[in-house]
Amino acid sequence: MALLELNEVSIEYKLSNGKLKAVDNVSLNVENGDVVGLVGESGCGKSTLIKGIINLLPSNGKITNGEVIFEGEDLSKLEFEKMRKKRWKEISMITQSAMNSLNPVYRVGNQITEVILEHEKMSKHDAMEKAKELFDLVGLDRARLEDYPHQYSGGMKQRAIIAMSLALDPKLIIADEPTTALDVIVQSQILEKINALLEGYSGSMILVTHDISVVAQTCNKVAVMYGGRIIEYGDVKQVLKKPNHPYTMGLKNAFPSLTGEKKDLISIEGTPPDLSKKIDGCRFKDRCPFVLDKCKSGEMPFTRVESGYYYCARHDEIDHLRELADLSETWDV
Amino acid sequence: MTERTKVIEAIDLHKEFMVKIKGDGKVREIKSLKAVDGINLHVCKGETLGIVGESGCGKTTTAKLFLGLHNATMGSILLGDKDISHLKGKELKNFRKHAQMIFQDPYESLNPRFKIKNTIMEPLEIHGIGKDKAERYEMAKQMLSEAGLKPPEEYMDRYPHEMSGGQKQRVAIARALVLNPDFLIADEPVSMLDVSIRASILKLLRKMITEKDLAGIIISHDISLIRYISDRTAVMYLGKIVEQGSTEELIEKRYHPYTKALLEAAPNPDPEVKFTLENIKGEAPNPVDIPKGCRFHPRCPECMEICKMITPQEYDMGNGHKVMCHLYGDKNE
Repeated sequence: MALLELNEVSIEYKLSNGKLKAVDNVSLNVENGDVVGLVGESGCGKSTLIKGIINLLPSNGKITNGEVIFEGEDLSKLEFEKMRKKRWKEISMITQSAMNSLNPVYRVGNQITEVILEHEKMSKHDAMEKAKELFDLVGLDRARLEDYPHQYSGGMKQRAIIAMSLALDPKLIIADEPTTALDVIVQSQILEKINALLEGYSGSMILVTHDISVVAQTCNKVAVMYGGRIIEYGDVKQVLKKPNHPYTMGLKNAFPSLTGEKKDLISIEGTPPDLSKKIDGCRFKDRCPFVLDKCKSGEMPFTRVESGYYYCARHDEIDHLRELADLSETWDV
Repeated sequence: MTERTKVIEAIDLHKEFMVKIKGDGKVREIKSLKAVDGINLHVCKGETLGIVGESGCGKTTTAKLFLGLHNATMGSILLGDKDISHLKGKELKNFRKHAQMIFQDPYESLNPRFKIKNTIMEPLEIHGIGKDKAERYEMAKQMLSEAGLKPPEEYMDRYPHEMSGGQKQRVAIARALVLNPDFLIADEPVSMLDVSIRASILKLLRKMITEKDLAGIIISHDISLIRYISDRTAVMYLGKIVEQGSTEELIEKRYHPYTKALLEAAPNPDPEVKFTLENIKGEAPNPVDIPKGCRFHPRCPECMEICKMITPQEYDMGNGHKVMCHLYGDKNE
């Protein structure tokens, strides 16, 4: 049994002038030990999906269909209090901007022990001991537990948040853009720390990001989201080296690299689809250079590959399309 | 390349800020923060210079000095043969026509209450260009279409909130270029945009700089991105340019240990190429307490005795490739 199983999950936001389907029929399995990268551009529904998993959608958002099965239990039907007990203890989260997720008027040490004491029967002293061990683990000086967040640098705050997310040995860690606001070297230091922690950790992780280089360096599986759907899923090497969906092909070629020959970067013109309207056909059809009539209506066929799947109407010509996608002229409008 | 005319040049440029060091809520000490500590840079006509470095290294201060938004503490900035580092009043206003800037966040740098046409026509009005409103309108329209917003009529009457991030950045580029400046500075021009459209904004900037024969400076923390846009690159560390040269050569030769570390630490989108942090330790020190000798020595894997005492001078490695490191000292002696 998978640790986390998403079955045909749809999430809608109620707006003053209608509905917005931010997540549309998403299925995803996270096995024990998996590190799954969830990639997509802003507005693709990746943040909504993880908020849906931990049941923290804003009041106008609702899971309208499907199940979120975590260890055999449907989280979407769980009472508030029971869910609260699960957060941090079984599913923890590394939030996007560590700068804003620490409380500025409490010492960092107290914020970490607060999490521990909320969920475990333990003395304050023992909780602080645990916090010290966690700081060793993420490479922060124990003495800094006494400091306030403003005395930390950006990288240190992010490490403190990682320490907090590990405090109760959760089975699943969700990291939402854990390194986005950081400098290159600090970012790599955090990624190295995350990689090292994952080596000795039996649980799983979902890493949400728009940066495919972060996924390439950390994850073993990757799910590419576009317009509320997972359009391609598979082993990280396969998806990033030999992508099957035209959107993933574009993303791969849009990304600057320091190694290899300097190829022309491509850019995928246009904007993602408006999710408040019903979408007929492929979600990527307006921006796809390979669009045909058959892409414009109906459901896109599901194609299984060795380590995953993708949805594309031109699945029988993918090898040819991949060659074309490497040329920047293909993407010129 | 040496034959080209220099448009703007910084000679031994310094900028110090006085900062209050607080302890227990009282000001304990006033120290100087050397944000820019003696840099020499120039940009030629039709050329793009990239400046890379971590946050706090002084790259934004450098940009502001070039634009006359800060007064230099020491040294000079020459536009042609005129020193512009201490201009005032009318002369400063006149200079601003020649120097334009594109900011990081197009969501904040455009006035939300101005229609796009007013945003672009305002600088023309301020500098008294164009004989009447109708002519300025035509100029704005022409510029918008050059910036890739076609047909321009469709965008002239819009407000910023009716446009996507990429379109807004195109408006910002149009606003900067409508004055026909001599040089253009872009501070992290694409870091707020989705990866899928970054390349098109970079290409537009590149095209404008070459076609209009401007001198361009692009600032970024991301060296892989700089690789795709700049002819020459300068690497900045704690207020000093530690290495500068033609971009491809700098990436290939990577003389300075900091450049090397920066390049190796960048996460790669290829899952088979892993980053390494072997050649750099810790975080950048506080710029208020710059280490003695070479400022990189506490983090440098190749630190020698001399590095702890004496600030290295700049050594010329040929082809205008300069590096500030004791490792290359013997060569010229």
